[in-house]
Amino acid sequence: MKNINSTLIFENKPSIASFGAVVGKKEGEGPLGKYFDLCENDAYLGKKSWEQAESGFLGESMDIALKKASLSKDNIDFVLSGDLMNQCTSSGYAARGLERPFFGLYGACSTMAESLLLGSVLLDGGGGDYILCATGSHFCSAEKQFRTPLEYGGQRTPTSQWTVTGSGAAVLSRKECPIKIDCATVGRVVDWGIKDANNMGGAMAPAFVDTLNRHFKATNRPLDYYDLILSGDLGHTGKSIANELFHKQKMDISRYFEDCGVLIFDKETQDTHSGGSGCGCSASVLCGYILPEMLKGKYRRILFAATGALMSPTLTMQSETIPSISHAISITIE
Amino acid sequence: MKTISKKEYSRLVKKHSQNSPVFTDTLKAFVVGGIICTIGQAFRNFYFSKGLDTNLTGTATCISLILIASILTALNIFDKIAKFAGAGTLVPITGFANAVVSPCMEFKTEGLVLGTASRMFVVAGPVIAYGTISSIIAGLIYYFLGA
Repeated sequence: MKNINSTLIFENKPSIASFGAVVGKKEGEGPLGKYFDLCENDAYLGKKSWEQAESGFLGESMDIALKKASLSKDNIDFVLSGDLMNQCTSSGYAARGLERPFFGLYGACSTMAESLLLGSVLLDGGGGDYILCATGSHFCSAEKQFRTPLEYGGQRTPTSQWTVTGSGAAVLSRKECPIKIDCATVGRVVDWGIKDANNMGGAMAPAFVDTLNRHFKATNRPLDYYDLILSGDLGHTGKSIANELFHKQKMDISRYFEDCGVLIFDKETQDTHSGGSGCGCSASVLCGYILPEMLKGKYRRILFAATGALMSPTLTMQSETIPSISHAISITIE
Repeated sequence: MKTISKKEYSRLVKKHSQNSPVFTDTLKAFVVGGIICTIGQAFRNFYFSKGLDTNLTGTATCISLILIASILTALNIFDKIAKFAGAGTLVPITGFANAVVSPCMEFKTEGLVLGTASRMFVVAGPVIAYGTISSIIAGLIYYFLGA
């Protein structure tokens, strides 16, 4: 592994051996509904609370990814999982049943990229054969923790985003598989002074632009190297801000630029305002839609740059600005 | 990357951020808020016709509106009306009832004591605290100037 200005070049190119995505009812009714492995109509998943349900979604996606790779949990060397709950509980509780060495990660909505990146580092350094990477989120538990009670009668602003109920999981492997991770750029925390917790796209767009700039500089790749540059969940607002920021640098990525938060919901019919968010958003779109489409030949090289707003209700109430991060993973098919 | 100042960026974000439709929101709030007040007046007339005095009709009307808003919150209907009406449901006492009942429902998974009871005023708490303080101030002013 080489480190060129925080872009890690993986000499052994870890493979993505399998992947699975489970989502809730609203996501299942969205434009990508037919692509997900499982759409659960019961937001509680038969559990007692939203938090337990979130953990259940994570567990289901992990099971699907393991099953697709014909692996049992005992084959897994490390589990790298994250979510939005305080103390990373959804992941901890989901990993409880796996009984495998575990790292709980927090990078807000960027966590899927963080887990794939750290998983690749572990594999490339000889840290095992199989690594299970997963993240998940739940609309109801996120509302409860970050905003107001679900039944509270309020209005959402047009820039607000809808936390995705869902989870995505991928098994990274040292064995030869078609989809590979060749390099990744580690994000740095960027804060351009946005305070509005209902405009996370505005807070996160600079982090996305910063990581992409550093990625293209370190790799010397032309802008059109990738068939798809996929941001995590900038949403409609953040996507259009990012496009303008690139435009100001005389760069145009709009032709290859998609956003998971924009893709997962239909803005017009699903009343999701600026689009989807939550670490289940980029995870389910990547593992449910993008990676299978790569296998079908739609994309050959993608740059997956999930973005996360590293805020908390406490710091927002203290009038702090919102720092953000974005990690970029280069995924190719051979 | 080419840096832009925080001020410039804030302007750029504002340019790309859609504003809330203030005119239609205000109109909806006015209509729904007006309907709620009309219902309140109907209750008031009803209680008055049953022989309650002015003070008691006010109290009975408040209780009735709180009861209806609480039941609608429990039936998952209130938030849908509020999404349409905004301040129309928030400003009358219906909004206060919803602000107390919704956390009760939300936190019942943490138990009746540490969940429902302790979180009951998490949204409405400030209204109670500052409502009490301002009523004391208003009372003092009334006492010294009104007399």
